[in-house]
Amino acid sequence: MSDPKIRIRGLTKAFGDKTVLDGIDLDVEAGTSMVVIGGSGSGKSVLLKCILGLIEPDAGSIAIDGRDVLRLPRQEREQVNARIGMLFQAGALFDSLTVWENVAFGLLAQHKANRFEARGRAGAILAQVGLDPSVGDLSPAELSGGMQKRVGLARAIAAQPEILFFDEPTTGLDPIMGAVIDGLIVDCVKRLGSTAIAITHDMASATRIGDRAAMLFRGKLVWQGPAAELLDSGNPLVDQFTHGRREGPIQMELRR
Amino acid sequence: MIDPLDAVAAVGRGTIGAVRSTGAVALFGATGLSHLLRPPFYGRMFLLAFIEFSYFSLPVVALTAVFSGAVIALQSYTGFSRFGAESAIAGIVVLSVVRELGPVLAGLMVAGRVGAAMAAELGTMRVTDQIDALGTLSTNPMKYLVAPRLLAGVIAVPLLVAVADVLGVAGGFLVSTVKLGFNPSGYLTSTFNILTTTDVVAGLVKAAAFGFLIALMGCYHGYNSKGGAQGVGAATTSAVVAASILILAFDYVLTELFFAR
Ligand SMILES: Nc1ncnc2c1ncn2[C@@H]1O[C@H](COP(=O)(O)OP(=O)(O)OP(=O)(O)O)[C@@H](O)[C@H]1O
Ligand SMILES: [Mg+2]
Repeated sequence: MSDPKIRIRGLTKAFGDKTVLDGIDLDVEAGTSMVVIGGSGSGKSVLLKCILGLIEPDAGSIAIDGRDVLRLPRQEREQVNARIGMLFQAGALFDSLTVWENVAFGLLAQHKANRFEARGRAGAILAQVGLDPSVGDLSPAELSGGMQKRVGLARAIAAQPEILFFDEPTTGLDPIMGAVIDGLIVDCVKRLGSTAIAITHDMASATRIGDRAAMLFRGKLVWQGPAAELLDSGNPLVDQFTHGRREGPIQMELRR
Repeated sequence: MIDPLDAVAAVGRGTIGAVRSTGAVALFGATGLSHLLRPPFYGRMFLLAFIEFSYFSLPVVALTAVFSGAVIALQSYTGFSRFGAESAIAGIVVLSVVRELGPVLAGLMVAGRVGAAMAAELGTMRVTDQIDALGTLSTNPMKYLVAPRLLAGVIAVPLLVAVADVLGVAGGFLVSTVKLGFNPSGYLTSTFNILTTTDVVAGLVKAAAFGFLIALMGCYHGYNSKGGAQGVGAATTSAVVAASILILAFDYVLTELFFAR
């Protein structure tokens, strides 16, 4: 069997005395998508930021294409990151630029297009996420929350990266738009052959997007399996979470 | 009871903290500068920062310069006329404006205007993940955000100070001729006679240093801010306070280098 695209071993991260990730092992095969679920504050966003090198983990290894990215020199690390696209949970759109400049940012930075071409391509990508190309001339502050999310998604996929991270891609969207975005993510994985990790709280979306799924609870991955089995996994933690039951092994705890 | 050793420990902690943050700032500045040597270069970002530093600071710096030139003429007249030394006024105005007041006052004004704005902008970008997002879009944030601003500060503030120098002298000239009854051409002659190249160069070198410090403090505090709106506010305050203190401290050091013999 070939190496997985992303291989995480023993990933550990604590903020002060609060252990957020506690020995995570996770493999994502090339061309597949992994859905990560877990309670609010369980460390899902921190996991993605560790893989991107935005947060330095305390221990463990992260290999992309078989190379441990945590031990790469800075320049090679940047080259690896250039192959990753990320949709941030809060959008993280550049508010000093227009919407189309946001979407085309990666294309322009990688010199894959000049400004004129980039503008046209940004319009086409905006249309894919259900936004009229004329939105391109607005500033991000003039958009609704859901529209910002879609612009963030457009920006993440614009340069057609090999690896895509989606931090709650459908939160804040209406159900129909959520389904459209899910379709778009699946399309990216299938058509472009990208490898994806998606974080979501939306079970319908999780089963649509994911090939496989994993659940993060108290800093550990307590379950991994095919995404189709999320709703009847047989694992009491996953069952309670995916069915949104109040009673069960997961008690609401006061986070610290 | 207060243990005297606590005080020693506090001083020690403070010293270690100061040394550590000085090192961090120096490393940050050096990294920013090193990005100016390696492509890609972001001309647009430089231009935006340059315009912010120079053009939009012009009104406030111009007013400051005119009034300080005017007030020096007035003050030195009331003092010096007691010894019949009014003829020295032109020289006092031009030397204090070109050597000190031009760079220092312009520096402090720009620190309040541009340094604060930089810290707030970068700080907001930090807490909303925009700086992290740059890294995922093949763009080094130090190169894209910090390097152009450092360069803009070094180039723009001397230009600003050159204008401030002229206006400061003009302020003194106006008060001296219109209010104090000096002969205009005599005033100008003594102004130019006393001014040396060293005075001008020293003033502009100071301005370049202050421009760098303002941009460095604005970027450093903004870039490293954390914790939402409050953190951005704190970063802004730190940027202005630190830049102002550094300007005054470096002003002394540079004056010592240029003029003390
Ligand atoms: N930079 C940081 N400094 C300190 N603590 C942090 C930092 N980033 C995250 N944390 C903490 O790590 C924990 C996990 O945060 P994370 O953002 O990964 O949660 P999440 O699983 O993405 O939750 P949500 O579903 O609400 O987005 C939280 O308790 C948070 O307080
Ligand atoms: Mg999150």
